[in-house]
Amino acid sequence: MAQGWGLGALVNLDHYGHYIQWHVIQISVGNLIVMVLMVATFLAALFAPFPGRRNRKGAK
Amino acid sequence: MSTDIERQWTSRIRHSVVDKLPPDKLLPDTQPAYVASWIYVFGVTTMAALAVVIATGCILALDGPQWWHSSTLGHYINSMHLWSVEIFFFAMVVHLWGKFSMAAWRGGRSMTWVTGAVTFLASILAGFTGYVSQTNFDSQWIATQAKDGINSTGGGAFFNVLNLGQMLMWHIVLLPIAAVVLTGLHVVMVRIRGVVPPFEDTKTEVAA
Amino acid sequence: MTKKAFRPDVDAPEYKGAYVPYDIIKEGAIAVLVVFILTAALALVFSSPDEKAVTIKTWSNADAVDFAQTAGDELAGTSAVANYGAPYNNNGTSQHWGFLSPEKWVGVRIKIDTTKDFVIDPLSAQPAQPALTAALNEWNSASSATQTTWDNAFNKAEPNLTFSNGQVRIPTKAAGPIPVLLNYETQMARSGALDQALVTQSGFYTTNYTKPLLFISDGTYFAGLADKQHLTGSQWGMMNETGQYPGQAWLWLYTFWYQVHPYSTSASGDFLVWGTMMILTALMILLPFIPGLRSIPRRLKIYRIIWREHYAAE
Repeated sequence: MAQGWGLGALVNLDHYGHYIQWHVIQISVGNLIVMVLMVATFLAALFAPFPGRRNRKGAK
Repeated sequence: MSTDIERQWTSRIRHSVVDKLPPDKLLPDTQPAYVASWIYVFGVTTMAALAVVIATGCILALDGPQWWHSSTLGHYINSMHLWSVEIFFFAMVVHLWGKFSMAAWRGGRSMTWVTGAVTFLASILAGFTGYVSQTNFDSQWIATQAKDGINSTGGGAFFNVLNLGQMLMWHIVLLPIAAVVLTGLHVVMVRIRGVVPPFEDTKTEVAA
Repeated sequence: MTKKAFRPDVDAPEYKGAYVPYDIIKEGAIAVLVVFILTAALALVFSSPDEKAVTIKTWSNADAVDFAQTAGDELAGTSAVANYGAPYNNNGTSQHWGFLSPEKWVGVRIKIDTTKDFVIDPLSAQPAQPALTAALNEWNSASSATQTTWDNAFNKAEPNLTFSNGQVRIPTKAAGPIPVLLNYETQMARSGALDQALVTQSGFYTTNYTKPLLFISDGTYFAGLADKQHLTGSQWGMMNETGQYPGQAWLWLYTFWYQVHPYSTSASGDFLVWGTMMILTALMILLPFIPGLRSIPRRLKIYRIIWREHYAAE
């Protein structure tokens, strides 16, 4: 045992969760955040400007 | 003499490997100019997450499957294992959406798509066996729920989710090997064929 | 050179444009570093859940009535596991769709006889006590017809089963040795001995928890804990995690089917969900070969955003 490392959670998620219900859809806030972040990341990856590629002439 | 050498299994395999995947294709130093979007970073991010998943899993393996319940360090490594898995799936799903949007199976790349999809499945199974190997309430509940689904297919008779030993072995030996081998094949295929070129709206013919 | 029609969703045009410098090793190294730092930070901030496992000891001490009732159902052969069917026993109707019933075809491969495995065998392994030995002898020497009479009497009195002063009381005189057996079984459970007896049946070492998990899953106590954590099937529980943690969100589609008709109401719901998911999974894996489906990305036109610099340069 290696107790006392002080590596406990800064944000305690060990409470009963919150859930969002919409008709048959029922989802935990934790999962919803992950999914929203996924879609947001996808959109950001599509639209964010990619650095340093414009008008660059090829090496080959 | 030289024909004898040419006929060797060894030299034949080496020739075919080097022909298909010469070093500058395996480790390229340039790429097509159309590869200019952040969407391209999610494949490598998935692999990086897999590396962290495996590394933290190896640390958890050092002191056995129950160490993390009683050690603060063990619990922290377990947390890293969990969050790297979340990042792994997160990145893999965004990668999947991106490759779907590009129809990245075009131009003889269909097996790249197939190996990627199978890797996704193997990863889900690896994640699942991890959840049931936690030796806590979560694993008890997930195992007793999942048994009904797997039993209904007939598979439960052979893949017994209530058998901790079997699940742990699959989780730390068989499925990691599958995930790594499939990922390796997937990446090699990407390197052999290169990244899929953009759709050309005017193209109507192809050389046969 | 022969020419054939260019299939835009199968063939790729040959790229004759420019190439730019690309450091694949550096990209990989940066990715590993970023993911490592992100993982270490998330683990530090949010940690990970670890709800203690339920034991038969904790269950029977927290809710002795539920335990004794469940043990009675196991003894009488009326529990869910006792009537499960394959792969555990031949008692239930296996899940099927039409004539398709792989569960039944595979047959009983993990044999569970709840009467014997969950009650009679563990009690028989207890140190001899006159009342227990007498009750076991009475049970073992009775005909199956007599046992059924006792079982029926127990089932009738079961809702009124009580537990006080460390004793299980079942208000019936027609249940033969069942009240005595359940009283000993409950005491055995509360001491922790039943947990051990259920895993040591195959010898000294064990890595297989099939029996205690099946036993625990038959009670309402276990499901009650899961219900509080929003983990049951009808709560989309498969993709949830204990506490406020994100769970296996990637199981969303699999979980979804369980919520809707006909999957949610069919006795073969699991089989139908698995069948549906296998078909959908096959479609995903074989997407490049399926006309129509493989044209979706070209029609969605998201690729025009991804390759906008390429198209702008044309």
